[in-house]
Order: sequence, then C-alpha cells, then structure tokens
Amino acid sequence: MQDKIFKALLIISAIIIPVIGVGIVFSLVNDASGAFEHFGFWNFIFSDEWVTTAGKEKYGALPFITGTLLTTLLALLMCIPFSLPVALFTGEYFKGKKVATILSTVVDLLAGIPSIIYGLWGFYALRHVFMHLNLSPQGSGILTAAFVLAIMIVPYAASLSAEFIKMVPSDLKEGAYAMGATRAEVIRRVVFPMAGSGIFSAYILAIGRALGETMTVTMLIGNTNQMPETLRTTGNTMASIIANQFGEADGLKLSSLIAIGLLLFLITAIINMIGKILIRRAQHV
Amino acid sequence: MIVKDNKLQIRKFKNTLLFWTVCILSGLTAIPLLAILGEVFIKGWEQLGWSFITEATPNAYKAMQAMQAGETIPGGIANGIVGTFLMLFLAAIVAIPVGIFCGICLSEYRGNWFATIVSYLTDLLQGTPSIIIGIITYIWVVVPMKGYSAFAGSVALFIMMLPLIIRSTEETMKILPETLKEAGLALGGSYWRVMLQVMVPSAFGSIFTGILLAISRVVGETAPLMFTALGGAAISWNMARPMSAVPLLIWEFFNDPNLQSLIWGASLFLLTFVLCLNLLAKRIAKKWKI
Repeated sequence: MQDKIFKALLIISAIIIPVIGVGIVFSLVNDASGAFEHFGFWNFIFSDEWVTTAGKEKYGALPFITGTLLTTLLALLMCIPFSLPVALFTGEYFKGKKVATILSTVVDLLAGIPSIIYGLWGFYALRHVFMHLNLSPQGSGILTAAFVLAIMIVPYAASLSAEFIKMVPSDLKEGAYAMGATRAEVIRRVVFPMAGSGIFSAYILAIGRALGETMTVTMLIGNTNQMPETLRTTGNTMASIIANQFGEADGLKLSSLIAIGLLLFLITAIINMIGKILIRRAQHV
Repeated sequence: MIVKDNKLQIRKFKNTLLFWTVCILSGLTAIPLLAILGEVFIKGWEQLGWSFITEATPNAYKAMQAMQAGETIPGGIANGIVGTFLMLFLAAIVAIPVGIFCGICLSEYRGNWFATIVSYLTDLLQGTPSIIIGIITYIWVVVPMKGYSAFAGSVALFIMMLPLIIRSTEETMKILPETLKEAGLALGGSYWRVMLQVMVPSAFGSIFTGILLAISRVVGETAPLMFTALGGAAISWNMARPMSAVPLLIWEFFNDPNLQSLIWGASLFLLTFVLCLNLLAKRIAKKWKI
C-alpha cells in the first residue's frame, strides 16, 4: 500500500515537467497569436519596423532576430580561442594535476557569476576600454555585448569539451606516441578526431546559453530598435527587447513581445535538443 | 639525413608552440574573473557595513538630497535581502522534494518511454532562457492574480530550480550500485523505505551539492523577477505584494542615476554569496564523493 502511494508520488512529481513544458508552449502560442494574426506569421518575422506610436503600431522581429544571431555568432567565434585551450589544459596536458584543478575552479567560478554583474563590469569597466580602442563610438553595442557573452560561455564550452577530451582512451594515445608522434600530433590526429563530436556538441550547448542571455546584453547592447548596420553600432536582441519593453507593454505590443519570446524559446529549444542528442550519441561511442 | 633532422626540429617546435599557446591562452581566461572580482571588491568594500544590510533602500529624493549635500547615501539593501531569502525559501521547499522525487522516478524507470520524454523535457526546461520563464510566470500567475507579487517571483524561481535538482538527483541515483537497493530489499525493507532511507541518504552528498548549485544559479537571476516580483522600496514580508530582491535592486540602481553609488555594495553582497555557495558545493562534492 505504502509502496503504491510512493510510486504514485514519483510519477506525479515527474508529470509536473511535461505539464510545465506543454504549458509554456501553449501559453506562449496562445498569447502570441494576436500579433501573428494581425501582422501575419512571416510578415512579423521578416519586418524590420518597430513603431510604438499609438494608432500606427507596427511590430516586426527581424532586427532582434538579427541582433540575437549576430551577438551569438560573434560570441562563439571569440570564445573558441580560449575555451579550446582551457579544455586541452585541464583535459589533456595537466589532466589530474593540481594546476588543472585550479584552472577548472576558476572557470567554474566564472560560470557562477550572475549575469547582471557581468553587465555591470562590461558597462563600467570594459565599455571605456572599447571606447579607448576606438572599437565603438559609445562603447556599447553589438561588439561589446558579444565580447562579454563570449567570456560567459567559455566555462560551458570548456568544461564540457574537457570531459570528452578526458574520455579519449589512453591506449590509442600511447599507440601514437609509440609510433614517434609528438604531443601536438597526438592531439591533432587522435584526441580531436576521437573527441570531436563531443566538443562540437559542447559548442552547440554554449550557443544555446548565449542565445537567451538577457541582462548582460540588455546592459551593453545600447537598445536601439533598428537593423544593426555594422558590428560597431548598437542594437537589440530578442531577449533584451523583452527585458526593456515588457514591463510597460499591453495589447498588440505585449502580444508582439510574447511572440518574440515564443520565437526565442523555439530557437533555443531546437539548438539545445540538437546539442543534447549529439552529446548522448558522443557518450555512447 | 639533414633534411630529416630539419623536419624533426619543425615538429618539435610545433609541439612546444602548441604547449605554450595552450598555457598562455588558458591563463588569460583567469583575467576576467580577477578583473570582475577586483572591480566589485574595491568599489563595494567601503559601502558594505552593518547599516547597508539592515536598512531599506532610500527613495530617489532622499538619495538626491544626500548626494547634493555631499554625504554618503543613507540606507542599504535590507529589503532586497529579505525578498531574496523569502522567495528563494518558498521556491526551494517546493522544488527540493519535487525535484528529488522526479529524479528518483527518472532513474528508476530509465529506458521507459515516459521517463525518456520527461528526461528530454527536463533538458529543454533547463536550457530555456530565464526571460521566457519570466514571461510565462507573468502569464500564469501575475495576470490571474491581477498584480505583481513575491509569490509570482517564487514560482519563477521554482521553475528555474526544478530541472537543475532533477538532473543532479537523477545522475547520482544512476551511479549508485544496484546491489545497494537489492541488499535493502533482501533484508525485507519495503520499496519506499529502501529508496528514502537507503538510496537517498547514500546519495545525499551529491544531491545536496546539486541543490546548492541550483540555489546559487537562481539567486542572481534578474530577468525572471522583473515581471513577477517587480521590486519595492520597503522591507516587506507579504508574499502577495510586490517584493524586491538583491539582483532586482542592482538593476534598479543601475537605471537610477541618484542611487548609482549603491550598486557596488549590493553587487559585492550578491557575488560573495554566490561564489561562497559555489565553493561550498565543490567542497561537499569532493568530500562526499560516491
């Protein structure tokens, strides 16, 4: 009897997850339908107008989709040259040594810093550096936001890649050494081909992180609602426009913002699913 | 022969080059951490005092007066601290049991179609941007209750914590040896007793680490609280009313030029709390390794 109650409790608590998941999709679609019906689904996605004047309201998601994709892509490019060495450092060169533990603690702490504090640091310290270097006129903009995003996703990409690098069987590596290969050659010819799919999935998950990052980007991107022309200009991402305008929105604008939220949810969900499936596959090799 | 030697030299050089590139670039990764810690500690240290953590946030007018008189701004972040702990507490006491039960379920029924779906959905929920959780809680709680409330903030934090706790519990339960369960059952223990009095206590260290990490992840979240708990200037214990939280206060200070000098003290408080939780979790994970 008690066992039955216990098992029922287990199932009930597990049902909460699908309920939340389905509920999220249902509520977002339900509340976003107003915007999609008014503007048309594809029109809403491919329109770059954002006019909030009452009576002439026009909302399109293209500038924000572009902003999100641009910042994420840039952040990914900037994160690779640092996360890959960290992964090699902790997973191959100094595997199991004290230095590796220290570095992975540093990286873990980096992952623990709240995003609003990254934003503050970017705004009060890094922005001036960017202005000095003449990288962007006001210091804030797509480039600045992407740079801080890159720092934020290094921990995710690095620690997961390191796991896969550690999993490369040592007899394979030893075989290569026995043939006279140098360590660099072993890394290039044995470690990367073996751990490659896992490392790839680590970066996919890092992209998933970067897509939805809100506070840091909101504080650094400059918040302008036009299509970004160059990387030095200001812009907005899907997350940052919601953070900025959701509070005072109602009616069509609220529905449009929720529609952007739905798009963001779908994009991150797809990216994360691809990443997770690839990871599960890489772990079973 | 000479040509071959030359080639070997190049290979050796490449090897050394890669080694040092890896070391230098890895070292550079520590710079942002040091820079952020340095910035927050240096600027926040002098603000942090007894009155800073026991007094509520001043209103903008008072702050402006103090600023014009050249005094330090009175007040602190007590309203945020109370709010953060209240909302976190409510979220945690629901999320911990539900998360642990769900984690046990996923590990017990692994391979089952239902468990597989739930497992994928947990991943999906974990990867959902926090701002979406904010919107959802707004739709689910704030709109029906016709107003922002600390309760809504708690719900948002609950949704964020749940997948983290489920994942850590599931992973831990999967590692536990099957023989442990069998031994318990063979001794005549009923299923639920074996699960709750043998399996969970054996996995307690890892589960606890997961809970601490979930709390540290959630405590600094701003986005899900912006449209749910909203914020408030006075110390409030009423869950049905808007309430502030430390990250919300930082966001408020960031946007209000009169209160800007309070930013760093609040950030120092939040950062210290989060990093201590992280280090503590690492400690426990190491000590109670299965």
